[in-house]
Amino acid sequence: MSDVQIPEIMKQGKIAPWLYVAPALLIMTAFIVYPGINTFLLSFKNADATQSAATACVAGEPCWGIFENFRYALTTPIMLNAFRNNLLWAILMVGGTVGMGLLIAVLADRVRYEALAKAIIFMPMAISFVGAGIIWKFVYAYGTGQVQIGLLNGIVTALGGDPVSWLSEPAVNNYALILVGVWMWTGFCMTVLSAALKGVPTEILEAARVDGATEWSVFWKIMVPIIKPTIAVVITTMVINVLKIFDIVYVMTGGNYGTEVIANRMYGEMYVRHQSGRSAAIAVILILLTIPFMIWNVRRFREQEAIR
Amino acid sequence: MTTDRIKRILGGLPTHVVLLGLCAIWLIPTIGLLVTSLRPFQDINDSGWWTALSAPKGSEDYSQTCASCHGSDGKAIATADLTDPELIDQYPRSIKLLAMLKEDIEGQPHLPDAPMPEPQQAADIADYLKRISGISARPRFTLSNYIDALMGYRGTASYTEDCATGEQALDLNCNASDVMNPRGMGRAFLNSLLVAIPCVILPILIASFAAYAFSWLHFRGRMFLFALLVGLQIVPLQMTLIPISRVYAQLGLNGTFLGIWLFHTGFGLPYAIYLMRNFIGSLPRELFESAYLDGMSHWTAFYKLALPLSVPAIASLAIFQFLWIWNDLLVALVFLGGQTPVLTYQISNMVSSLGAGWHLLTAAAFISMALPMIVFFSLQRFFVRGMLAGAVKG
Repeated sequence: MSDVQIPEIMKQGKIAPWLYVAPALLIMTAFIVYPGINTFLLSFKNADATQSAATACVAGEPCWGIFENFRYALTTPIMLNAFRNNLLWAILMVGGTVGMGLLIAVLADRVRYEALAKAIIFMPMAISFVGAGIIWKFVYAYGTGQVQIGLLNGIVTALGGDPVSWLSEPAVNNYALILVGVWMWTGFCMTVLSAALKGVPTEILEAARVDGATEWSVFWKIMVPIIKPTIAVVITTMVINVLKIFDIVYVMTGGNYGTEVIANRMYGEMYVRHQSGRSAAIAVILILLTIPFMIWNVRRFREQEAIR
Repeated sequence: MTTDRIKRILGGLPTHVVLLGLCAIWLIPTIGLLVTSLRPFQDINDSGWWTALSAPKGSEDYSQTCASCHGSDGKAIATADLTDPELIDQYPRSIKLLAMLKEDIEGQPHLPDAPMPEPQQAADIADYLKRISGISARPRFTLSNYIDALMGYRGTASYTEDCATGEQALDLNCNASDVMNPRGMGRAFLNSLLVAIPCVILPILIASFAAYAFSWLHFRGRMFLFALLVGLQIVPLQMTLIPISRVYAQLGLNGTFLGIWLFHTGFGLPYAIYLMRNFIGSLPRELFESAYLDGMSHWTAFYKLALPLSVPAIASLAIFQFLWIWNDLLVALVFLGGQTPVLTYQISNMVSSLGAGWHLLTAAAFISMALPMIVFFSLQRFFVRGMLAGAVKG
């Protein structure tokens, strides 16, 4: 991102440059800067943004004054459940996608059908969360009768087990949803990590193998340390994605049966329960959670660019 | 030498097993959806999609109980031809079938050797007889689910059947105009296109202007402004929905195409500017220098040099933006809603209102996935390049 030196001859006019950037400036101010600030302000207002949030307090119950919406967003059981679920999502989905992505990138590098295998794993990236939601809702389908049309329950009953209602059973439903996320995003991690692996100098790998290093130690002691910066970028990108996870939950369970997540709650507060203040407070918390990862990500990305 | 080769092949075996296994796991759910969308709706809830190629329900019970006398095709006894629809129509349910089986024929029991079938078996046999007699003959695979989904058919039979008997629902006319039925996927497909195409062109165009200025024009605060605009990538979409839908409500833009075009343009810009600036800025400086020496203006340099040369960047950007908008649910839900349903909205609406209408859901899902799949597989190269060039949006 270094500043390109502009030749003297090209310095034409003082207004012209602004005409080129004006459309972008206008639209981004109207659609990102203004609403961003506005959401921040709304989070201190009541349900229809007419008065301070403090007016929503009920006598005799805990109240955080002007931060009342934040009290709702940070202390109510349903929100705590959403935070817990997002944490579970973050741990399992990030671990799952990065781990699987790395495994597939390493394995695919050794076979002749690499392009095909990668295209198959990558394919879910092209379809919508809604489409993926339908695909997996069908895998998880639960029949109350004898016939199981869902693949997973088909396997379970074929093995002699009892069918499980995967999406409404609180013990398993979050894991079932996270699996869908892993299915969708592993392709992304695989592609980025695979590109990084291709950049590992083959001479180093060959030398290690000649010296008798096992594939296992080549992987852990040479490949992983070299692509560490890329792994870090992939992890942070995934964390940011997971924090904002919405569509899978919205389509598959609607946040019911204990599967609520932050972004779905934010949507529901605004468009189902018409509580714009609470919704804005949740949005503010979401961005506050995201910012550290974003900054870290940009910094690592720049470091990498500098090395190249 | 040969033992070495065998060793190498055996050593590679776990790699193949794991990789192919993972590929299978990744593919099977989608295959299940595709197979289901092609099966007649009567079959979908009766048996898993993986049995689609095995014998139809009841055929095994039929061959155990009836085939010894009636023959495997049901025609062995001329006076009781089981493929005769008029005969079979008298026994539509298991109760009637069982009652008939218990009666004697000319003083002899109907089933001299075989045991009396259980009620469930009898139901399956009745179903099978309906199938072979042509009362409810159906092929293994059919496209009728796709037709139903496209037309927005919500009845209990199928669009073509209902139209043939003239029993269509009030919102269907049984002619070409049904493709535009607001409840159907055909209309939603058109809406998705109407949303996606301007939303791909606008941000790329606006970002190209800005990127050119940030690369080759001189003005105060250039780098600062660039960093600021690109930095706006950190603002999550969710942060901006509420105020904008409030403003839109005042301006009457909720539910209009213009509203969603502008919103997607605004949100596509930070990444688009970043990618375009990196590309246009890395074009050779001498090229532009000599162009200006030849008397070219900035405007001509922009559309005769910069734009044509940045086609690869534009291609990856266009694919990204297209897939992102085509697959988006949240923004469409908030700004378009049910007035102008797009594909994702229509499907999510079917999930909540139809429950388990799997024949429609699976076909609808495939209709929505067809275009992005084609785009993705034909232009994968550009997609991957764009992804590696920067962070991914979401």
